[in-house]
Amino acid sequence: MTSSTVPDPPARTTLGDLAKLIRSKNAGPFMLTFDVMFDTEEVYRRVLRSRVLTKAVFAELYRVPEEEVTFFELDAARAIKISIPRPVVQGSRDDGDMYGGQQHALLVTLEMPG
Amino acid sequence: MLSASGQIGSGFLETSFARGIALEPHVIGCDAGSTDAGPYYLGAGKPHFPRAGVKRDMRLMMLGRQQVGVPLIIGSCGFAGGDAGVDWMVDIVQEIARDEGLTVRLATVRSEQDKAYLKRCLRDGRITALHPAPPISEEVIDRSAHIVGMMGHAPIAHAIDLGAEIVLCGRATDTSLFAVVPLMRGAGAGPAWHAAKILECGTAATVIRRRPDSIMAWVRDDHFDIEPMDPDSQCSPQSVASHTLYENADPFLITEPDGTIDCRASRYEALNDRVVRVHGSRFLPSGHTTIKLEGAERAGCQAIIVAGVREPTILHQLDAWLDAMRERFKPRVHEIFGGRVGPGDYDIHVRVYGRDAVMGRLEPLADRIGHEVGLLFTLTAADEPTVDSIAKTFAHFALHFPIPEWAGLISGLAFPMAPAHVNRGEVFRFNLNHVVTPADALEMFRIDLVTL
Repeated sequence: MTSSTVPDPPARTTLGDLAKLIRSKNAGPFMLTFDVMFDTEEVYRRVLRSRVLTKAVFAELYRVPEEEVTFFELDAARAIKISIPRPVVQGSRDDGDMYGGQQHALLVTLEMPG
Repeated sequence: MLSASGQIGSGFLETSFARGIALEPHVIGCDAGSTDAGPYYLGAGKPHFPRAGVKRDMRLMMLGRQQVGVPLIIGSCGFAGGDAGVDWMVDIVQEIARDEGLTVRLATVRSEQDKAYLKRCLRDGRITALHPAPPISEEVIDRSAHIVGMMGHAPIAHAIDLGAEIVLCGRATDTSLFAVVPLMRGAGAGPAWHAAKILECGTAATVIRRRPDSIMAWVRDDHFDIEPMDPDSQCSPQSVASHTLYENADPFLITEPDGTIDCRASRYEALNDRVVRVHGSRFLPSGHTTIKLEGAERAGCQAIIVAGVREPTILHQLDAWLDAMRERFKPRVHEIFGGRVGPGDYDIHVRVYGRDAVMGRLEPLADRIGHEVGLLFTLTAADEPTVDSIAKTFAHFALHFPIPEWAGLISGLAFPMAPAHVNRGEVFRFNLNHVVTPADALEMFRIDLVTL
């Protein structure tokens, strides 16, 4: 018997499987930043090559205009970094995440292309 | 330079700090603040970390400083770095000096801004909006509870030149309190600023951050070395390189009041399994000073109500039920206040946990709902008596708010506690993301020196 409330495990490898750390955080009260970090050069390069996470993918996933997305590849840190203006200002009426620390969830389940 | 911990009050190992002192640093620094925890601390002028924890850390730093006779610099005192935070920290230092029988020359560098000065700057076109920024006007300045300017290294250097042994700063960039002494001693600006950026979060740049702890950097002309002070803790090229990601929108270019830290050409080299050397960091002077403002204004008084919903018939029409509830509550508010409080005078906001409370409009799964949800109602009005009355009335009104499917009185909200509401006092909002171009790097800051 399967429970209807627990989603089936993803069939494909996800970004969360490959990264050593995926996190989000405020960068000041008006910006939100996402870090995706990898343990090895090989995995970092594999993810970049796969184009599983690009500026365009991120813009679509988070439904923000692509021109608002800044996208970095940091080879020395083996990391991808993405920053966007905060959808709502930190601590304002509509903000549900004071530290911005739980906004990265959509990146964890991103599936690698097959 | 020795960083005692990433945040005063969050602690460090006495053994790690002692090891740092034994290595004879030229400066001891510790950051004490952030905007991270929200606008309340600046608005209310209250500290975020407990006095006992801050005093414990400060006592050890003051005793360590006494051994080496170098400046001890605390940035963004009292968390928000307003004048109230500096005063709070002065009181702690005085108490420690008295307890320990220490004589110290103490400087305060205050960064809270005069509203008349800022309005003059606004009229003179010396205030510029960053992106994204809320609108600014003289009214915004007037209604701010507190506005601070983020100081760079210059006012701190001035305090040290005046003979300060301990410098308690108002709002300061995290990097300034570490970069200042290496810069005064003629170290390379690029390595000094980049090393300061690594140090400001304490052991955040280690491979596995076991706990907040002390970390040391040796800054030279063209490189710096970085080493955690706990012998069981390690830095790797990747862990140090990664740290410029943390909390920064741009990991390569970090804006400071007097220029930009440029890490684009930084190279990270392991000297051994614990120590990393960084070459190639640059500091690009801007040729003029810009001071970032942080402001918080009062957004009223707030109460919250926590409730759960389990009934499927309500869950199927949750938004419609919550909207209608709030709409139909308006005449009730009119009744209880005799028309003195209208729909524009209060706000009832609801977060639906289990659906989209965490991500709001970024949530792609907002159309999915589980078998139960948690509701957090946030009620805001001008003052506490008003919001208290609204919250009490609303809790009862909402509890029994009907749905079309059931005939008769229902109780649609599961309150986990009584009273159902909690008054949480004053709330604030951030209202500035702007920079000022002052006439010089000192004019926005007030330096006072006393001997304790």
